[in-house]
Amino acid sequence: MHAIEIQGLSKNYFVGFWKKWALPALKPLDLTVESGETFGFLGPNGAGKTTTLKLLMGIIFPTAGAARVLGHDFHDPEIKHKIGFLPEQPYFYDYLSAPELLDYYAQLSGVPSAGRKQRIGALLERVGLGDVGKKQLRKFSKGMLQRVGIAQAIIHNPEVIFLDEPMSGLDPLGRHEVRDLIQGLKDEGKTIFFSTHILSDAEALCDRVAVIHKGELRGVGVVNDLRSSSAGKTEVIWQGAHALAAVVQYAMESHVTGDTVRVIAQTESLDPLLDRLRQQQARLVSVTPLHGTLEEYFLSKTSEQEPVRA
Amino acid sequence: MKATRTIITPAALLLAALFTASVFSLQKVEALRGKEATLEEVLYLPSAKTLKRLSLGYTGLLADIYWTRAVQYFGSKHGQHSTRYDLLDPLLEITTDLDPHLIVAYQDGSLFLSQPPPWGAGQPDKAAALLEKGIRNNPEYWRMYFTLGFVHYLDRHDFKAAQKAFEDGANVPGALPFMRVMAAKMAENAEDIGTAITLWQGVFETTKDKMVRDTAVKHLDSLRADAGIAELERRIKLYQEKTGTLPETWADMVRVGLLRGIPLDPSGAPFELTPDGAVQVRDPGKFPFLGQFEKK
Amino acid sequence: MTSRLSAITLNTFREAVRDRVLYNLVLFVLLLVATAPLFGQISIDIERLVLVNVGLSSISLFGVIIAIFIGIGLVSKEIEKRTLYTILCRPVRRWEFIVGKYCGLVMTLVVNATLMTVGFYVALLVTAHHLTASDARLLVAVYFAILEFLMMTAVTLLFSSFSTPIFSALFAFALFVIGTFADDLRNFAAASQGVIGLILTAAAYVVPNFASLNVISQVAHDQPVPGNVVLFNTLYALLYSAAVTAGAVLIFERRNLK
Repeated sequence: MHAIEIQGLSKNYFVGFWKKWALPALKPLDLTVESGETFGFLGPNGAGKTTTLKLLMGIIFPTAGAARVLGHDFHDPEIKHKIGFLPEQPYFYDYLSAPELLDYYAQLSGVPSAGRKQRIGALLERVGLGDVGKKQLRKFSKGMLQRVGIAQAIIHNPEVIFLDEPMSGLDPLGRHEVRDLIQGLKDEGKTIFFSTHILSDAEALCDRVAVIHKGELRGVGVVNDLRSSSAGKTEVIWQGAHALAAVVQYAMESHVTGDTVRVIAQTESLDPLLDRLRQQQARLVSVTPLHGTLEEYFLSKTSEQEPVRA
Repeated sequence: MKATRTIITPAALLLAALFTASVFSLQKVEALRGKEATLEEVLYLPSAKTLKRLSLGYTGLLADIYWTRAVQYFGSKHGQHSTRYDLLDPLLEITTDLDPHLIVAYQDGSLFLSQPPPWGAGQPDKAAALLEKGIRNNPEYWRMYFTLGFVHYLDRHDFKAAQKAFEDGANVPGALPFMRVMAAKMAENAEDIGTAITLWQGVFETTKDKMVRDTAVKHLDSLRADAGIAELERRIKLYQEKTGTLPETWADMVRVGLLRGIPLDPSGAPFELTPDGAVQVRDPGKFPFLGQFEKK
Repeated sequence: MTSRLSAITLNTFREAVRDRVLYNLVLFVLLLVATAPLFGQISIDIERLVLVNVGLSSISLFGVIIAIFIGIGLVSKEIEKRTLYTILCRPVRRWEFIVGKYCGLVMTLVVNATLMTVGFYVALLVTAHHLTASDARLLVAVYFAILEFLMMTAVTLLFSSFSTPIFSALFAFALFVIGTFADDLRNFAAASQGVIGLILTAAAYVVPNFASLNVISQVAHDQPVPGNVVLFNTLYALLYSAAVTAGAVLIFERRNLK
């Protein structure tokens, strides 16, 4: 049983004076996420990430398609005991204090009253809000609200957690702490589905990612694989264009500008290449190892291309 | 922020000065408009039906407000010794339409209406109609029959109607026995001071309105003075029969045993003897209703 | 289900109580009632009557105003502020949300009315120096006012489930005003023929009938309200409120939120 299974889920908004023009916010989406996976849902702003999450939560209704979460239909209220959601830039009832809010949500999610208070206290400690006491939420900073958001998403100990841009608007320290929290949830074996446009976060946390652009799924891949596809290369820059001929067999790419040459070669061939250059008496300018990043994968998928099915 | 600090004080002073000046100018405007200005505004009185709708169902409250307006209207006109109380009846009609059970509006309102100007509106027919409306809406309230009888007898001089009113009132369960006595009195078809005194006494005892009570007191004083004069003049005739002349002073009457002392009018001043054997009060101003009844 | 309903009800109540606007309104009403005896001194002999009229009318009218004031934001505020997102992702059914909000506001209004009634009786005690049985009968008017609140809350909630606060306020207030002269509407309907007559008759039943719920004048003059009048008005108010709330649920059930 997949943790999340999305089949042909789509959403059109009808615009125009007579509401006849269909504006596709999400084109039919097919996606599966396995239990225990941390799945990144990547895309630029307006790509359809939040639309997808709103559809899954039942905040808006699909034009077509279906989805299953933990084997149940995604609209079934009973599975909502087992899922948690952190919306983008969340807003909570500002007249409540953090413990009151969590208690309210815990009640709604069916957390039994016995031990609820302790659980809330422990959770607030965990997200770094142990000392907020009775302060009303209207007095919280953005970072504090984000942490409350994470707390409310997991107060009922769900199996699947949906996060929409969990790092948005946080300073570097805040982002680091949220990253740690997500890592902690991952270590507990939870399934995490989070959308973001910050690739370094996805790279650090996710097992698999999907790239969505303009409402369409462009690609799905395993992070490690994607990373290694552009790993193992080194960039060498030297002066002495005459030496190029001697090393051209090692060069995957080469650019010459005047007497300066820039070459990208396999890291394994680095030693013989450098030997040859020395023999040719080329003057080395720099040797830089290249780490493959998700960025290249992302950019390649979000340029104008044919869509790829997962 | 030194700049803002220095502006606050002069701004506050300016505000206070301007406001005070505006208050003075408004007072001047009101003085220029004159006392009758409010009459024009109030002349537009919406119908009771409209008011009922506007009141959003809170008709009792609106009735209380209109009753207050009626009282204030009457009071200000009364204080000015005005001869025209044009708005009184419309105001009372609206009040009693909004709250048909507002007894005081019928009781005191009808008296405001029936009294001759400048004491009241001088509209006894309207007063009677108002009371009949009050009786229709509150048939168990027998005192309204009393007031109706009062209006018929004293202001409309319609003895038959007065008799009917007292009789109908006497038939209401809980009515006091004197109602039947009054009905009998009405049947005598004549206005006499004793009946008038009983009626005004009844009004004096039941009303809580200061203006009505004052009027009642003045009427009672005048009636007692009238009664006093009538009795004194009767005794003067006896003196004349006895001695063949008219008395010159009260002491003459005392000497023959027709009086025990100097007769005083209700205000405490002695009655005055005229050379032709008539009696009058020293200060007619204190008895504005003197002489309204024919001597018997 | 019941724990979710009671959680939403109590939270709605808590939100209303922490809203400072509510206190200003209640204070204003208490002031009004306290000054009513002065008003009675201008109008001789009817001190108690004026106090009763002012007191009961205030409890009724201000309750309706509060119902509208808070009711218009019940649903629309949650949609606007997106606090609904973290509610709907839980096992809460959409209808539970609507009903919970309704109950929460009704609870607020009842507590409010109770406080104002206590203040009113204190004022009555101060003016009359003792309370009689007829003073107890004034509670019937308060009960009927609460029935009005039940209906008004449902109406405002209905509008809040699909409209912006300003329009909700306008529509709700308009329905309240029309509701107070529902008798006239019925008379027009009876006097009209054909299609107009049908439309007016329908309107007379769709509009909440507040005319029959206003017994303030009656109890002020100590006229009893018959038991079956109380019974059938209670039934009417409950059924009407339930129907309108069901309408709100229907609208909200398939609504795409922003």
